[in-house]
Amino acid sequence: MQDYLLLIIAAMFVNNIVLILFLGNCPLVGVTSSMESAFGMGAAVVFVTTLAGTACWIVQRFALEPLALEYLQTLVFILIIASLVQFVEIVLQKVAPPLYRTLGIFLPLITTNCMVFGAAILSIKHDYTFLQTLVFCLAAAVGFALVLVFMAGLRERMEVSGRIPAALQGVPITMITAGMMGLSFAGLLGMAH
Amino acid sequence: MAARIVQEFTKGLWKEIAPLRFALGICSALAVSTRVDNALGLGIAVVFVTCMSNVLISLVRNLVPDKVRIAVFISIIATAVVIVELVMQAYFYPLFLVLGIWIPLIVVNCIVLGRAEAFARKNPVALSLADGLGMGLGFTLSLLVIASIREVLGSGSWLGIAVLPDGYPGFGFLLRPPGAFVIFGVLLAAMNVVSKRLEKR
Repeated sequence: MQDYLLLIIAAMFVNNIVLILFLGNCPLVGVTSSMESAFGMGAAVVFVTTLAGTACWIVQRFALEPLALEYLQTLVFILIIASLVQFVEIVLQKVAPPLYRTLGIFLPLITTNCMVFGAAILSIKHDYTFLQTLVFCLAAAVGFALVLVFMAGLRERMEVSGRIPAALQGVPITMITAGMMGLSFAGLLGMAH
Repeated sequence: MAARIVQEFTKGLWKEIAPLRFALGICSALAVSTRVDNALGLGIAVVFVTCMSNVLISLVRNLVPDKVRIAVFISIIATAVVIVELVMQAYFYPLFLVLGIWIPLIVVNCIVLGRAEAFARKNPVALSLADGLGMGLGFTLSLLVIASIREVLGSGSWLGIAVLPDGYPGFGFLLRPPGAFVIFGVLLAAMNVVSKRLEKR
């Protein structure tokens, strides 16, 4: 039990997937200009990462490894993620139209979001069990969503203040803010690995 | 035609240099830029992938139905990346170990799919190759700039050769992940100022 708690803290904060591992930085710039889109993207990513991470784990353990096809990992994983995203899109559209309206426009973006793919590869690289993979992917994605929401809040405030120098507006100030946020996350180093 | 090829090639190096202008592909740019040699290694890998994927996608551009194009493009890109992965594992093993997950992650580098979608699927092979080469080299160039700043100020060396005096303590912050974000933000701001000055002239 304690192991899982440590895994969650490590994945969510200490090795935060956006600020420390540099995965999924495009949405950090792209969708954080408003709180609403940050929240939508965050929720969509949590959903897809957890599904894709576990699906990739199953394929790796029960198909690629017995057949000695590990070198196809990259190709197979990206196809799993792409088809899964398409599948989720279709299912959501039929089953939960309101949810689809919130998450819909973010789903196609997720295919090329490196954090989904990165989380899947990292769980294989760390030799996680199925349950560990599930927990790791979920926690890492929640960490991603948290950073996105924090960043959107900060950017909305900065927008209102109107005191950002012209040269720093937009992406530059977002990056510098991410660095400051990263420092506070790095302060947790040593709590867990 | 020749002039057009040169134009498509050079736009990737300054006017539309992807990481610095559009913040595309910044994940790997920030992650591997602690040292110049690593940055160079990843840069060369990306150049190969952008060229190969652009050429192949341009070749099949009239055969692929619009609806399934993303899946086809991704498979082509992934194939190119697998080739890079296997070649690096066989001939550049130390570099392969250092770059780690960033090699397979070239698949989801926004620049590669972006060029396929925005350029290679609408243009002939020669132009697509020029575009891929330019964009890939532009990415490498951005990586080299960030890595040079981080390696020189962070550990006092460039490409492993000491350039600052022996007693230099090293600005360790730049070698850590938060330092990468800050230095990238400052670089982008500087680039904004410079290009605004150039435009005024």
